[in-house]
Amino acid sequence: MRDLVLRAETVQKVKAMIEDKLIKDNVQTALVIDGAGNILAHCGKDTDGLDAISLAALTAANFGATSQIAKLIGENDFSLLYHKGEKANIHFARIGTELILISIFGDDVSLGLVRVRVEELAAAIKTIFEG
Amino acid sequence: MALIDLGKKEVHCKIVYYGAGRCGKTTNLLYIYNAMSDSDRGKMLTIDTKGDRTLFFDLLPLNLGKISGFDIRIQLYTVPGQVMYEATRKLVLKGVDGLVFVADPLKVRQERNIESLNDLERNVGEHGLDLADMPLVLQYNKRDLVDTPVPTLSVEELEQDLNQKYQVPAYEAIATKGDGVFETLKEISKLTVNYVAKRHLFNR
Repeated sequence: MRDLVLRAETVQKVKAMIEDKLIKDNVQTALVIDGAGNILAHCGKDTDGLDAISLAALTAANFGATSQIAKLIGENDFSLLYHKGEKANIHFARIGTELILISIFGDDVSLGLVRVRVEELAAAIKTIFEG
Repeated sequence: MALIDLGKKEVHCKIVYYGAGRCGKTTNLLYIYNAMSDSDRGKMLTIDTKGDRTLFFDLLPLNLGKISGFDIRIQLYTVPGQVMYEATRKLVLKGVDGLVFVADPLKVRQERNIESLNDLERNVGEHGLDLADMPLVLQYNKRDLVDTPVPTLSVEELEQDLNQKYQVPAYEAIATKGDGVFETLKEISKLTVNYVAKRHLFNR
């Protein structure tokens, strides 16, 4: 893994896209992180008490762990993970090989919408970061 | 893999505390957490469901001030030391910028220390890195056991076992009391920040 140098304009561009595709439609928070658990972009409401650093570290580790589960059933990796809570839900999607997009949303947002939007975003974000 | 955020003027580095099971990695982080002020530390995350053993990892984020106008943010991680958690250790090492190897002085753990260092070498290698090129500091922990009847290894023996190849800075420590904990942290932070800054900040 090489070092990642983030330019302000890159982050702005990614944030604008996330705002447009997810936050505008009531997704509470969205984060782009890398496989080491670093936060590259953080959008939306800063949900009270959301510890983004821990969330990023655990997500990166969780993807590592589930990719081992994937291998047990003959898959190379799982490209998305979803956890449903009572009020809050969380959706994780892999972007390329190194990045992960996390979306946190309530029951007022449909999972289908999040999945479609995340898929659109993933392709665009991958192009921006990985060229 | 460090993250350099030019917009926010922040540098993020990952330092991993490595070593055999029960050598005191989490104890180091806990001491640092308790000794630092709220403004310089984030929340400490630990996942230790199996007794007092780390199951996944511990994480402690710290702010270490500014260099060349950039805020230096460090994330300290530990790995589970037990042999069977090799996959987890490999996972935590992803994107590592600096390493602390904590050694247990108990004579009965001599082989475990050596095995763990070999395991580190191998796992770092699987991420395409060479331990010889990376910031590395050794910590000879639990030096208070030397004065007890329990058979322990001398610093010379530990040097012989663990530091012949890399010849890196090594510190004696008693992590439960904090002796040597900040000396270790200071040295690894300095080496790691230099390692990252040399590549990015100073040649801009």
